Amino acid sequence: MREYDVVIIGGGPAGLAAAASAKKNGIDQILIIERDHELGGILNQCIHNGFGLHTFHEELTGPEYANRFIDEVKKLKITYKLNTMVVNITKSKVVTYMNSLEGMIEIQAKTIILAMGCRERSRGALNIPGYRPAGIFSAGTAQRFVNIEGYMPGREVVILGSGDIGLIMARRMTLEGAKVKVVAELMPYSGGLKRNIVQCLNDFNIPLKLSHTITKIHGKDRITGITLSKVDQKGSPMKGTEEYYSCDTLLLSVGLIPENELSDNMGIELDTVTSGPNVNESLETNIEGVFACGNVLHVHDLVDFVSEEASLAGKNAARFIKKLKVGKNNDLGKIIELKSENGIRYTVPGIIRLDQMDDTVVIRFRVAGVYKNCYISVYFDKERVIHKKKTVVAPGEMESILLDKAKLNDYPQLSQITIKLEEV
Amino acid sequence: MYDVIIIGAGVSGCACAREISRYQIKACVIEKDEDVCSGTSKANSGIVHAGYDAPLGSLMAELNVQGNEMMGALAKELDFPFQRNGSLVVCFHEEELPNLYDLYEKGLKNNVKELQILNKKELRLKEPNISENAVAALFAPSGGIVCPFELNIALAENAYTNGVEFKFNTKVRNIFKKNDRWAVETNRGMIETQYVVNAAGVYADLFHNKVSEKKIHITPRRGEYCLMDKTEGGTVKSTIFQLPNQYGKGVLVTPTVHGNLLVGPTAIDIDDKEGTDTTREGLERLLNQAGKSVNHLSGRKIITSFAGLRAHEEKHEFIIEEVKDAKGFIDVAGIESPGLSSSPAIGVRVADILKSEMNLKPNPDYIGHRKGILDPQKLSKDVRNELIKNNPSYGTIICRCEMITEGEIIDAIRRPLGARTLDGIKRRTRAGMGRCQAGFCMPKTMEILARELKESSLQITKNRNESIILTNRNKEQA
Repeated sequence: MREYDVVIIGGGPAGLAAAASAKKNGIDQILIIERDHELGGILNQCIHNGFGLHTFHEELTGPEYANRFIDEVKKLKITYKLNTMVVNITKSKVVTYMNSLEGMIEIQAKTIILAMGCRERSRGALNIPGYRPAGIFSAGTAQRFVNIEGYMPGREVVILGSGDIGLIMARRMTLEGAKVKVVAELMPYSGGLKRNIVQCLNDFNIPLKLSHTITKIHGKDRITGITLSKVDQKGSPMKGTEEYYSCDTLLLSVGLIPENELSDNMGIELDTVTSGPNVNESLETNIEGVFACGNVLHVHDLVDFVSEEASLAGKNAARFIKKLKVGKNNDLGKIIELKSENGIRYTVPGIIRLDQMDDTVVIRFRVAGVYKNCYISVYFDKERVIHKKKTVVAPGEMESILLDKAKLNDYPQLSQITIKLEEV
Repeated sequence: MYDVIIIGAGVSGCACAREISRYQIKACVIEKDEDVCSGTSKANSGIVHAGYDAPLGSLMAELNVQGNEMMGALAKELDFPFQRNGSLVVCFHEEELPNLYDLYEKGLKNNVKELQILNKKELRLKEPNISENAVAALFAPSGGIVCPFELNIALAENAYTNGVEFKFNTKVRNIFKKNDRWAVETNRGMIETQYVVNAAGVYADLFHNKVSEKKIHITPRRGEYCLMDKTEGGTVKSTIFQLPNQYGKGVLVTPTVHGNLLVGPTAIDIDDKEGTDTTREGLERLLNQAGKSVNHLSGRKIITSFAGLRAHEEKHEFIIEEVKDAKGFIDVAGIESPGLSSSPAIGVRVADILKSEMNLKPNPDYIGHRKGILDPQKLSKDVRNELIKNNPSYGTIICRCEMITEGEIIDAIRRPLGARTLDGIKRRTRAGMGRCQAGFCMPKTMEILARELKESSLQITKNRNESIILTNRNKEQA
């Protein structure tokens, strides 16, 4: 069985950045396994701009951003396989992949970096009542048709959900000559980035209806329309608020789900909030030497942060291998738990092993609603140590705070860090 | 000029077609939709009922038990998935125990074998996730589950291989007697035939009433279902029914042959024979109701919901006979549940009617076996690698949720009565039937379909002709 130091599952932005980072940290035997026919992942169909502002301080399109990393991976001579599907991973890190040239092959990995990304929630998962006609697409599938295949999925469009892909597609379909009639959002706030609301809806006079959902799909063969209803505070449709919209296309942008079937099968513990693996400060899962980064870990809104997170995973995988070589393995040391409370939905990572951490660790998290003029507070046990003023926080925008090792060391008794939102 | 025209390529029609293909006969199945298994047969529980529930002494009971007994051998002959996972009818109230025993007695009289009453402890041992409120259950080991698509498709393919013709997108407009024959007027011209088999599902009354003075009425009874992720397939091993009581028939919870969990159906009588829309009330009711039988059901695990129409005849009985005042016109009407379970026996019954009237000689070229689409996941690693070496398309995964390869999809298109639409591919291979519901594989499957059928992607449909997926090229005016 062929052996590799690092096997990276997925050649999208997370996998590419993780690979480059592992290599730069001194590891040679790296393999990226990508199921598509090219590297770059979902960025290849994101032909709009707005990528890379944090990483490169310039505005790139998705493919341009991906290419920076693809070029680097090629320059670093990292091996990769395209059109190759990983079908199984065992706890002992045997990866089974399959493609049409080699068939089914097993390889032994010393470390694995999970970077499979996410998938879109489908109509079925929402249980929207009505017929099941053609013309209903998840926004990303529609994006692929328009941007990669060159086909339009329809002309008269309703979009359910205000996730970023839906917002981007509202603009894209409009630019291609379709009429986007309305974007409906179940929640009283948008799930997407503020800048996308402005640039993709407001600039094109596309109405956004908050606290609305689709209560019926009409049309037996191709969709002919939808019924939109206002929802109450619990999210239940209110009788008497029904409005009919004719359309030939319904796009769904109602959430992304980390694709963790492989992880789950190999025994990786998943978080119920993020649907991604539980990880420590090194982005390592409950299985030693298996790391996770990018949207498979938790869904991001900006690819820049995916790259940053993935670089860390790559570096930590490299460190893990070096430790294997000197035969000195993870002495767990002191473990500090991270707890999210009061308006904070989750944190990544979920625990910090003080001995293993770098000088700093980034804690990423999302808030549960829109809050104005609030504080993000960090408590070391009972003591508040960070109290950061925010004019507005929203679920669509991932937040982060930085913790210093030096500061953590000042609290020798510390066992739990709590992050919470506090009102002014 | 045909000997027999079968109206409807659902499971009843195709079972008849397959049975009569044993004989030298010129037969044709006509179907209004683009594929076999497009109506009631595609949207049901996929249960092979044991037969304890059918009314005593009814044809329904007789054919149910017969069909159940035939299913195992048929599944081997025609290579479709079938498992005898056993059925449990669960009683939740002590005071309803007599009803459970009545059902047991009825089952015995219907000739259902190996029936047993399980007490609470035995039941929980068998099904640890059953609700704490369960007090006892009727256990029928002969109850089973089948893939309704593959059963239907297998019957059709085998009938076709043995010489039965199939005409799709062919809608019957009228039927009338012309001399001593039947003239079947369709949107694609007139077809003449000696015999008509009316296996038109919810439309069977329409055709029956064109030829007979004694009218029948078929009510479409809508049943809604929720299908859950394969992660939930192990919640129960048997098919869990609720003992019917004054609040209704209850809903079932069952694993499917492919490892999902299915919950359903509701039962609402409607007028629209195409009214397969789901409703908010129905879907909500399903989960509530199913939660009474089985613990740990979560709405978050639903991957799709759908509705099917049962062809309910007023007397709740199968009508399988030559119509008295219309010689040569054979009804296969009122085939509601347990129609799927009975289908093998329905086929035999119809063939027997035809045999009694026609001088049928055995078909010397009859082949009773059919191979299904090769499932590489069932092969050993070495055999699979050999397969990929010989045919690299089996190394390319198209549907990542169900791990379906390009090779399987090509097989589905190229085989007899092959797939022509996305739904056709889905029902034959399961590509697009997984948790992402074709989000990832739809563009790829369309590309393969377009290539194989030598069509443009713009012509590819979901199912019927009007159900196009893509409307135009970018930058192209409407």
